[in-house]
This record gives sequence, C-alpha cells and structure tokens, in this order.
Amino acid sequence: MSFKILVLAKQVPDTRNVGKDAMKADGTVNRAALAAIFNPEDLNALEFALRVKDQKPGAEITIVTMGPPRAAEIIREGLYRGADHGVLITDRKFAGSDTLATSYALSLAVKKLAPFNLVVAGRQAIDGDTAQVGPQVAEKVNIPQITYAEEFVGFNGDKLQIKRRLERGVEVLESPCPVLVTVHSSAAACRVRNAKLLMKYKHAKTDIELQELSEDYWQIFENRPYLKLIQWSVEDLQADEELLGLNGSPTKVKTIENVVFTQKDSLKMGASDGEINKLMKSLISSHVLG
Amino acid sequence: MANYYNDNEHLKFHLNHPLMKRIVELKEDNFKDKNLYDYAPLDFEDAMDNYDKVLEIIGEISGDIMAPNAEEVDHFGPELIHNHVKYARGTQENLDAIIQSKLFGMSLPREYGGLNFPIVPYVMSAEIVSRADAGFANIWGLQDCAETIHEFASEEMKTKYLPRFNEGATAAMDLTEPDAGSDLQAVMLKAHFDEKQGVWLLNGVKRFITNGDADISLVLARTEDGSQDARGLSLFVYDKKKDAMKVRRIENKLGIKGSPTCELVFKDAPAEIIGDRKFGLITYVMSLMNSARLGVGSQSVGIAEAAYHEALKYANERAQFGKPIIKFPAVYEMLSNMRAKTDGIRSMLYETARYVDMYKIYEQIAKKRKLSADERKEMKYYQKYADLFTPVLKLFSSEYCNQIAYDSLQIHGGTGYMKDFSIERIFRDARITNIYEGTSQLQVVAAIRGVGNKSYLKRIKEFEEIEVLPELDYLKKILQKLTSHFAGITAKVYDENDEEYIDFHARRLVEIAGYILIGYLLMHDANLDLKYRKSADIFIRMARAEITRNISYINNFSPRDISDFKM
Repeated sequence: MSFKILVLAKQVPDTRNVGKDAMKADGTVNRAALAAIFNPEDLNALEFALRVKDQKPGAEITIVTMGPPRAAEIIREGLYRGADHGVLITDRKFAGSDTLATSYALSLAVKKLAPFNLVVAGRQAIDGDTAQVGPQVAEKVNIPQITYAEEFVGFNGDKLQIKRRLERGVEVLESPCPVLVTVHSSAAACRVRNAKLLMKYKHAKTDIELQELSEDYWQIFENRPYLKLIQWSVEDLQADEELLGLNGSPTKVKTIENVVFTQKDSLKMGASDGEINKLMKSLISSHVLG
Repeated sequence: MANYYNDNEHLKFHLNHPLMKRIVELKEDNFKDKNLYDYAPLDFEDAMDNYDKVLEIIGEISGDIMAPNAEEVDHFGPELIHNHVKYARGTQENLDAIIQSKLFGMSLPREYGGLNFPIVPYVMSAEIVSRADAGFANIWGLQDCAETIHEFASEEMKTKYLPRFNEGATAAMDLTEPDAGSDLQAVMLKAHFDEKQGVWLLNGVKRFITNGDADISLVLARTEDGSQDARGLSLFVYDKKKDAMKVRRIENKLGIKGSPTCELVFKDAPAEIIGDRKFGLITYVMSLMNSARLGVGSQSVGIAEAAYHEALKYANERAQFGKPIIKFPAVYEMLSNMRAKTDGIRSMLYETARYVDMYKIYEQIAKKRKLSADERKEMKYYQKYADLFTPVLKLFSSEYCNQIAYDSLQIHGGTGYMKDFSIERIFRDARITNIYEGTSQLQVVAAIRGVGNKSYLKRIKEFEEIEVLPELDYLKKILQKLTSHFAGITAKVYDENDEEYIDFHARRLVEIAGYILIGYLLMHDANLDLKYRKSADIFIRMARAEITRNISYINNFSPRDISDFKM
C-alpha cells in the first residue's frame, strides 16, 4: 500500500493584482476582472506534499479542488509539478458555500478517497483569508491536524515530523498518520513546472471539458487513460443538499463598505539616531511593531 | 512574477516563422514518437504548443529565479574548495530549478531522455536565460556538448552518457590551453592508450575552461606522438566520477562572474574517445564551435535585450529639466537605434538557427535512411547558408550587444556607473561575447571567403526576389542600391589581387554584407508583421550611413597606404 497524500487546493481570483474594477457595485468580487490562479499557500502545500513524496518513493499525490469547471486548471498545474491524480468537485449546488459548507463537501471527498496517510492544504485562501477550511475538514474527518506548517522535517518511523511557524518562534511536532497539515506561506515555494510532465498532462481533461472538444480529440484518451480527470458531483459524494451551498452556509454577508484611507496626523522627525530610536519606541509601544 | 518569455512579443514572432512547419515535420518524422513517449507531440500544432509552454517555464525561471539572483551571483561568484568548484548560491539555485524542470537535453532525441526540440526553441531558451544572467547562460548552453556526443560518439557511449543530461548532468568543453587559444592546433594535452587497463589516459593542463568542473567534459587531446598540428588531435569524454582531474584555479574575470572559468590538471585521467582518432579538431570540434557561436549569438541577443530594457525603464523614470529624459532627441534616438539593432540581430539569430535546424535534421535522417536527391540538395543548401551566416551573426550580435550595453549605461548617466543598477553588470558581461568562441577578428576571417566567392551576394539576390508590401518598397530600393555598391567595392578590393590588402579591408567588406543581410531580414519581418517597419526603417538608415563610411574609407585608400599602418 503506497503512501497516499491528498492536497486540497483552490482556484482563486488574483487579489494581489487588483485593478479599479476588482469589485462590483454590490460589493462582491468581480471574478471576471481578475485572473484565476492557484491559491498561493496551496502551492506551498503542494510543495510540502512533493517533499514528502521525494522521501517516500512510490507515494502518490491527489489534488482535490472544488470549484467551477475551469478549476480543472488547478489539477493540471498540480500534475505539471509532480502530483499523480486529480479530483474536481463541481456542481452548481455547491455555489455560495461558506467555509462550513465547503469543508463539508471536501470532507466527503476526502473520506471517499480513504484510505490515505496525509492531507495537506494551504493555511488560507487569498479571496477569503479565513484559515478555517483546513481545520474544519480535519474535524469532520476526525483526524489530528497541524496548522501553520513551515517545513516537512522528515519521517520518524511511520510518524511525520513537522516544523510549525508560530508568532514568536517555531516548534517541531511529531504526528502519526493520517494527519491534516495546513501550510504557511513561509514554507518553501513550490517547484517550477516540469517540462516533460507539462507535455504529458496538458491534454488532461474533466468530462465537462471533454464535451467541449471535437471528437477527433477523444481518441487520445483511449490510449492515455491518465488524461481523464475525475469529476465528482453532489450525487457522487452522496451529500446532504441541506448542508451545501447557500443552504448550508450560516455565514451571511451583511454589508460591504469601501474603506478609503485618509491621512490623519503626520510626524516630522530628524535624521539622527536619537530621533529614530524615539520612533521605534513609539511604534513598539503602540504595537505597530513587535 | 516576471516571465522573460511572455513579456517579449518578439520571441513568439520568431518562433512562429513559416519555415517552422517544415522543421517540425522533419524533426518529428510523422510524429512517430507519439505512440512511444507520453510527452511526444501529436501533430504540428501540438508540437508548437509544447515549445510555447516549455519556453514559458524557462521564462518563469529566468524572470523569477535567475534575474533576482544575478546581482548576488556576480558579487560572490563560484569558490574553489578542495580542487573542485562550488557554484555561487544563486547559480546552484538556478541550476536546481533547471534540473527539477527536466529542461536539460532539450534538443536530444527522446530515446536518450531529451525533449527532441528543434534548434530554434533551444536557441530561444538560451536568449531568455542570457537576458536574466549571461553567466548562467554558459552553464545552460554547454548542453551543446550532448549534441557532439550524439552526433559523433558510438552507440554504446550515447546510451551511457546522453540520458544523464536530462537527469541533470552539466557539461564543459575543454579545448583551450595556455599556448593554444585562437590557434587550437597547438593543443598539447596528451592522451595515450594504456594497454594494461585498456583505456585512454589524459595528462596535461587546460586553461580558461568554462564550467571546467562539469559532470561530463569533452576534452581535446593529442593522441599522435610527435605530431604538431590539427591532425594529431582527438576528442574524449571525461566523466567527473573518475575523480582524476583537479581544478587548480578559478579565474577572476571582468564579467560573467557566475560562470566558473577554470584551470584544470589531468593526471592519468581515464577517458573515452569520441568517434575516430585524429578527427577531434578538424571535424568534431569544428562542429561544436559552430553551435557554440550560435550560442554566443543567443547570449548576445539576450544581453542586448536586457540592456535595452534597463535603458528604456530608466529613461522613462528619470526626469531632468522638468521632463523624463526619454523626451529628449539625444536619448530617444539612442533608444530607437538600440531597439533596431536588437531586432536586427535577433532576426539574424533565428534565421541562422532555422538553417542549422534544416541541415542538422537531414543529417540525422541520413543516418537512418538514404536521402533523396532533392533532400540532399536541400540539406546542402541550408548547410551552406548556416556556415555563411554563423560568423556574421557572431560578429554583429556580439559587437552590437556591447554597443547597446554601452549606450544603456550612457543613458543611466552617473547612476549607471554605480553598482546600484544592473547595467554595470550587463556592460561587463557583454564584453566577453566578441572575444570567446572566436574573436570578432576571427569571424571576419571566417566570413571574408563568402565575400570573395560572392556567396553573400548570392543570398542577398535571393532575398531581393521576395515580394514585399508596397509600403516597404522604398526600403527595398535602398537595399538594392546598397547591394550594387557592395558588389562594386568588393570587385575593387579583389581586383588588387593582394592578400594583405584584402585582409586589411576584410572587416569593412564583411560588415557591409552584414548590414545588407540584416536590413533585408528586418524588412522581411516587417513584411510579415508591420510592427517591424520602424526597426527596419531605422536599421536601414543606419546601415546606409555605415556602408557609405566603409566605402569611402576603401575608396580613399591605396595598397601602398598599408605601410603606414604596419607595426
């Protein structure tokens, strides 16, 4: 039985490069105006999983993502970097899910993929910044969790040793498997795409994507079964519809306000060491620093 | 998040040249690999998409990893530890990314783990890498050595060495010695066959060896006792695992500091011979040098692009006398000339790369089956033009990247002279391009024959026959006129029947040929995409002035004037 790793990843709007039309008038994110990217900390999570795989020959990585059909791109991006399989959870009924409903859907997929040894996710996604989904999945699947992971230290027998990034230091924990790990942005950046894997997997498609292609194209899937990406719906997961989408999401957005930063007071200071010292002290005492 | 492939529209233009369809179809031989390798393309479009996507990976590594590392690499450079090279931290990080991405062995066939890419996208990758870090481009470009093994070594050696490239092996070509630089016939490093062990052993010293401590090295050595010239030299593969070669020192250079330049001592170092004895220099190294010159061409274009980018950025940001300096004629003229020169040498680079692709692919096919008469004719045609264009490319691209780096630094003013901006590094890096792999002076020696036997003129006449859009006709008329001047002045010099006189004016004549060729190439680029009209116009304007200058010099010079110059 090979060592099985699941990576939970999300396609997100690129909120790091926000233009004028990033928000709609009603205060929701204008997804059309923002490029869809691999959530940055999920890339750290993927690298974490790949490093576990590097030390565990024969280990297999499955990328699990929930989103619209175009989120299959996340799976391909994972395959280009060394993941082995991918599952896209997609269904209109998932639309509007908050963290609770999302973690419910993901936990069903994780259970369906059992047995597994390790689940890795990014700490948080840049569109919501909640950092809740990973821990909620661990609770629902009933496995231990290690959050804010920064480095896979190694195996100690069957146990994993993981370094965590804390506010004022680091700690190394050891955990039996299976365990869920959320990975912090201070962890190693994800490796670059592998040219051979890219050429191998660029034609990988989900069922929905396949239907949009001409029939000539279908032939290659007969000879290359690994190009078919798994796609699961609500039905495939046997999910309770009451716990999904807007129905299953207790979080409701009340209002959204535009915040315009204004300059309130200014401070003039000299260039001497004494002046800088004074500034540092005031920044520390007002908790801006430290 | 910089991508040096995606942010440069010119690369996609050259990658998608009409001749690529022929190149790819020949290279992929009916796309037969698609049933054997999961990463082989299905058809022409699929292959082109592969090149595009893989170049995007190289663009990403160049923009996000190599370029940010370049300053630190330049500052610290490699170290010599226990007679071995330790790369600078950034160099190692660049290399790790390349190896991780399975990019080495780009042009090797898939049966040896390679990507089976044509020369055009491979050369493009070298241009992209050079823009980020010209020193690292050497470590990237030395994978050319794999080509030499592939072309000339035995099947057994190919199976043994070639798969190691894609696994991450680095390479070096060990040619130069203290007394054998431009004149490689003087190589003295000795190889003798040890009957007891049944192996060749190498003994001697190599100097100025780029990436000398590589995993796999090609070593030029003297196998024939008592011989003095090229016919006594053979080429060997030395494997670092044998641990019989020491790095004695790493040179402290003006530029490309990340690329370790080594002095090597071989002591009874076991090595395997490539191909046949005595053909080391005259066949194998000559072939390797041609691809190395193409490599320096791509490096030069990459450096030119980097220098131009820095100048453009600075000229837009820097304000003096109440406006950005790019608004002043003295500055925008420099920038436009830099742009035109860069476009020109890039066009020459990919034109030459396509010729090389065409004939090399035929050479490979010829190893498997007999070529038809037409195919053989086509192979000869492209081989001739590859040989003709390579020295002109090396000459112009290396000289231009120096000029462009010089002008870019000038645009930066005093700031550019400081270590704070990357232009001072680019300026230093550029300086080697017109020296190594044959100085500019030696490129002129290689090219002047093509002037004398009218080969360049013949190619220019072929170019002339290509129809152009009416709006480009005025450029064609200028080029036609310049061509007739070229024919006239060439005849005048050769009519003197004086070798030394011809040698004296050789550079002037080769330059005239180069200006006209590049002028045509840019006009043809404009013919495919009118955005190149501006560069074609500016370049041809410049070419006309330079050609007039060279002709005027020759016209006012008689053979007896040479005596005033003799030292």
